[in-house]
Amino acid sequence: MSQSERQLVTGNTKTADLSNEHYETLENYIGTLEDKEGSLINVLHKAQELFGYLPQEVQLFIARKMDIPAAKVFGVVSFYSYFESNPVGKHKISVCMGTACFVTGAEKILEEFEKELLIGNGETTKDGMFTLKDVRCIGACGLAPVVLFDDQIYGHVTVDGVREILEKYRKVDKYAY
Amino acid sequence: MEMINVKINEYYTQVPEGTTVLQAAKKCGVHLPTLCHMDLKEFGITNNVSSCRVCMVEVKGRQTLVPSCSELVKEGMVVTTDSLRAIKARRMSVELLLSNHPKDCLTCAKNLECDLQSLSQELGVRDIKWEGIRMDYEKDQSSYSLVKDPNKCVMCRRCETMCNEVQTCGILSAVSRGFDSFVGPAFNLPMADTSCTFCGQCVAVCPTAALTEVNNTRLVWRELSHQNKHVVVQVAPAIRVAIGELFGMEPGEISTGKIAAALKRMGFDAVFDTDFAADLTIMEEASELVHRIQHQGKLPMLTSCCPAWVKFFEHQFPDLLDIPSTCKSPQVMFGAIAKTYYAKEKNLNPHDISVVSVMPCLAKKAEAKRPEFTKDEDSNVDIVITTRELAQMIKEAGIDFANLEDKSFDSLMGESTGASVIFGTTGGVIEAAVRTAYEWITGETLEEVEYKTLRGLEGIREATITIGNMDLKIGIAHELGNARKMLEDIRDGKSHYHAIEIMACPGGCIGGGGQPYHHGNMGIIKKRQEALYREDQGKKKRKSHENHEVIRLYEEFLGKPYGEKAHELLHTHYVAREKI
Repeated sequence: MSQSERQLVTGNTKTADLSNEHYETLENYIGTLEDKEGSLINVLHKAQELFGYLPQEVQLFIARKMDIPAAKVFGVVSFYSYFESNPVGKHKISVCMGTACFVTGAEKILEEFEKELLIGNGETTKDGMFTLKDVRCIGACGLAPVVLFDDQIYGHVTVDGVREILEKYRKVDKYAY
Repeated sequence: MEMINVKINEYYTQVPEGTTVLQAAKKCGVHLPTLCHMDLKEFGITNNVSSCRVCMVEVKGRQTLVPSCSELVKEGMVVTTDSLRAIKARRMSVELLLSNHPKDCLTCAKNLECDLQSLSQELGVRDIKWEGIRMDYEKDQSSYSLVKDPNKCVMCRRCETMCNEVQTCGILSAVSRGFDSFVGPAFNLPMADTSCTFCGQCVAVCPTAALTEVNNTRLVWRELSHQNKHVVVQVAPAIRVAIGELFGMEPGEISTGKIAAALKRMGFDAVFDTDFAADLTIMEEASELVHRIQHQGKLPMLTSCCPAWVKFFEHQFPDLLDIPSTCKSPQVMFGAIAKTYYAKEKNLNPHDISVVSVMPCLAKKAEAKRPEFTKDEDSNVDIVITTRELAQMIKEAGIDFANLEDKSFDSLMGESTGASVIFGTTGGVIEAAVRTAYEWITGETLEEVEYKTLRGLEGIREATITIGNMDLKIGIAHELGNARKMLEDIRDGKSHYHAIEIMACPGGCIGGGGQPYHHGNMGIIKKRQEALYREDQGKKKRKSHENHEVIRLYEEFLGKPYGEKAHELLHTHYVAREKI
């Protein structure tokens, strides 16, 4: 099994909030849709908003409530990088891999994050604090290489600057390392 | 309809609005290679994703080339298919597909049957210009029926069209994106853990070896080499009108006698006919139908010969498990009778008997392994091979099939009537049942046995058959999408049928997933169907209850049709299954 495939099928439910209440909310939401067939992506957005990510059981729930094949739901979830089938940390670190960032050393930045956080690309730290992911061009090429920390943009990031950024968030969260 | 003028190379032609460039080119006699494109008009099946780019052509006034399979003609359009630019672009599409394709053609299951291989030859690809990174996915060998090797997938999506639109099973979908994308089931589960019916239609349309059958030929050779094993073989009705195609014979040529001869030469101890078991099935199924009608039982009754159909309703309609007939399929009935009655007659220990089935079907492989059919080793089928696998074995054995002298099936389980022959086509099982039910209900001889109203290739058909003073309303569906419509009507209380026949594959077993690849030529399926009706016509006995060996089986062993012993050996139950 390849790396990407493994990511698709493995799931750590540690940080998931799969409470019944969310399922009820989601089912009600699906019930309000007029055009069910064309609304899968909206439903997936809603579900990710509720649950934080889209584990198998949520995908299966959506498939059954919308009466569409689970394979189709899975196909869409796996196609769009926005949809997460694994739990996501409190902070999402997106390292831009667009052309400008790539040629200015984005790969090294990603590697440095991996070393600092002891996780691989696409994974979440054990404490549920950080999720690391490479992303396609985010359109801030003038600032390359760029790292998106939740909604905050960091430009001209250097390898040495990685620890600095992390420290800042660790301090804010008063999280002891 | 408005006609449109179009020029293709040097040909001027007029085609109706909505025609594709590919269709217009075909009309002019201009051949264009295709790969992802699939157009099986008779069955309403089209795959039009333009993903392979193998049919690119030049259109005057357009900067870029266009895929002819999806580009619609416009008034005054000038198309060039034979310019160097177009030829090179088409070849490059194939070269790019080959850049990450495992080039193990010599040992590949689809060697000489592969569309990608043929295209590579047709377009003159003589070197691999780009050696790309290869995909490295594990083969899915979880099921008894099919093998999925995503590394050989060219993302043509034909299998998805079959699975989602024609069969409405929804098992396969494109997963992930870009280079990593592949076709797989939900959550990339093992195929065995999905609601796949194993109909094998994905295998039937896959252009490469991304989807193939589980090959059991070695198991059969091994069984034949065991000194102490008494190996019996049964051959399903649809094989005899199709296998010849793999030996250069015309589609629809009947080779019943040659099959029997080949199997005898291969060393089987007894060569039998699944048709015998089909006649036996009718004895049970017609009894069940008459019983249900006379005792206000559950109606409509649905046939249960097709294992893909059985698995389909178990997953998709688990609330309706009391409607299908409880009859085992002919293949499984055969196994049960071979290891009990035949063993007794021949004074053999059932443990020493090995039952091999030759089936036009991949689902039959999984059916034979269902727990309820394998829990008793003395009443099961051991190995199932397809029409293609049998042809391969005949070739391995060096038998000149086309020139074999006809031989007959062996006695005890080798006799068959015309009614059982037509089991291989849509409409055939119910016609066979009606022939017998008619005589049983009225007590009169049925003179005109051919029920033309039950025949044809339309996806859903219905007919009313008058038997005595009752009108028997019959529904027929082939392809699982059509079956779904029938079942939804039953669930909604809209159905008015007494009996319904369902077969999962286009045309029934003649279009099964284990048959010689028809490569999209539906004329072949029609010819196979005509051949079955011809074989029926040529039979002296054409009603199942006239089968002398079947009558003897009841007299000597089973007792009454639908009786206690018959129930024990020939009937089964169904299991509600999850839909995923």
